[in-house]
Amino acid sequence: MTVGLDRAAAPRRTLRHRLADRGIDRTLWLVLPATAFVLVLFVYPFIYGLELSFQPLEGGGAFANYKEFFSDPYLRDTIWKTMRLALPAAVFNVAASVPVAYAMRGRVRGKRTITTLLVIPITLGTVLTAQGLIMYAGPRGWLNRTLTGLHLIDQPVVLVHNYTGVFLSLVITGFPFAFLLTLSYLSGIDPALEKAAATLGAGSWQRFRKITLPLLAPGLAITFTLAFVLAFSVFPSAQMVGKPTGATRVISIAAYDAAFQKFDYSMGSTIAMIMAVIMLIVIALVMVWRATLYRGATGGKG
Amino acid sequence: MSTMTRPVTEPEARTSPDATPRTRPRGWTVLLWLVVAFLFVNLAALVLSVVVDSFGTRWFGTWLPESFTTHWYADAWHEFALSHVLLVTLEVALAVVVVSVLIGVPASYVLARRSFPGKRVLMLLFVLPILVPPITYGIPLATLLYRWHLAGSMTGVILANLVPAVPFVILTMTPFIEQIDPKIEAAARMCGAPTRVVFTRILTPLLVPGILAACILVLVRTVGMFELTFLTAGPSSTTLVVSLYNAVFAAGIRANQSVDAMATIYTASMMVLLIVALRFVNPTQLVTRVREEPTE
Repeated sequence: MTVGLDRAAAPRRTLRHRLADRGIDRTLWLVLPATAFVLVLFVYPFIYGLELSFQPLEGGGAFANYKEFFSDPYLRDTIWKTMRLALPAAVFNVAASVPVAYAMRGRVRGKRTITTLLVIPITLGTVLTAQGLIMYAGPRGWLNRTLTGLHLIDQPVVLVHNYTGVFLSLVITGFPFAFLLTLSYLSGIDPALEKAAATLGAGSWQRFRKITLPLLAPGLAITFTLAFVLAFSVFPSAQMVGKPTGATRVISIAAYDAAFQKFDYSMGSTIAMIMAVIMLIVIALVMVWRATLYRGATGGKG
Repeated sequence: MSTMTRPVTEPEARTSPDATPRTRPRGWTVLLWLVVAFLFVNLAALVLSVVVDSFGTRWFGTWLPESFTTHWYADAWHEFALSHVLLVTLEVALAVVVVSVLIGVPASYVLARRSFPGKRVLMLLFVLPILVPPITYGIPLATLLYRWHLAGSMTGVILANLVPAVPFVILTMTPFIEQIDPKIEAAARMCGAPTRVVFTRILTPLLVPGILAACILVLVRTVGMFELTFLTAGPSSTTLVVSLYNAVFAAGIRANQSVDAMATIYTASMMVLLIVALRFVNPTQLVTRVREEPTE
């Protein structure tokens, strides 16, 4: 090899090498289809929706839809109604999953069976849950018959076609997800830590309160976020076991009505954008709170 | 780093044998299991009342229906054209699975093996479709698909369902690829194998378990995905879950029992899918791996 040849090849090769040093080479083409896909079918529709929301059907300036949404109590209150359902449901699902998952950590007899049983409600789907709630918890259902039969109540309890119905449905469909996540975060915590605490004389409550819970908290923040996403977009159950014109007229119903019942795509997109903003605010708040928590190498999964 | 998936033949995969001694039942544990059992009995009764009703003739104000029959299933099958609906569901689900794996796996390979400028932005891009409720991007997406004359067709339904499916494959496969030793690929390259050959002859066989797990999960998610299919499907492209919802709200008086029969069919098929899925995937590990990615 001569010196001249080397020099001629040098600049091109260096550029390529310099790029390769930064991690840019031909392998990166592999990520292109997925990126293009997400850009075309997720980012572009989002931007399109945002743009559409500033082009109201009946004119009145770019912000007419937003003004209408926040001035019409029928629309504005959907935010409050959704929050009133989604926040307690998410909090309940996460809070209830902690003791169950805590009892399931480590080696428990029949762990897999119990996990499967607790996860099975995922398969019920909203329609069967709704039908089941109407039949079982309805005025003539087994629940009310049993309760009146035992003389615990005189009048059937009204559990469906109201707030309670949707809440129950959200718990049935949401709990398995929260439980799975909590259990997996909990199994990520090194059991040796708890043992060490026990060696130092900590009781079981102290071990939970001082060792496990602080390590679990970051994972719980993620679990809460996902449980909230799930509950926040409640749509079919609010229609079926709720009161879609009253107490459970949630924001997704309002968005759907606007877009596909009134064919006002602009208003539909506006409401969808408002939903996304609320969602992102909640996620951001949880993440800010989460950032204050301990996230060590041991356990603090997620 | 534990692997994402593991066959169920290995229980307690995460906990090492010497981890925690078997927990002895304490007062609060017993109480907890009693509460859980009580709620579970209620849930079972809830499901049972739907199943009983779907087999019952007339049920009004008594403990059990007057007599039992199977004709609601036959009715539901004809009335809702279930054979067509099931076929559509299967086709949509399979198409989504195949396309999302083809697009997602190469991307997760890059994300698992390379670090490059803009990687964090790209990760965020792939997490967002899972974090944002489907209905928020579903409405503008459906509007666009209508404008492109794709909504109402199978293509539209498949495209819409791919939006959360592709990121889901990426987020499950990236940690899976991370735990495959890169030295194996390096060795293949040393022997002169180009990228394509490394992919087909070396990586694919190693990736099969992970791909299988991702496939099953995408399948379950797609069959159960209501919002996106509901927003984009037309009369000939509804899947089971949407057709079930439509059956509840369709015009005309419909026997409650045939809706129950259909709901039972839906739940039974979902349960089969989930039990098959649980044979391949340990759910607790999977969720950890999926959720771990976006936050690190």
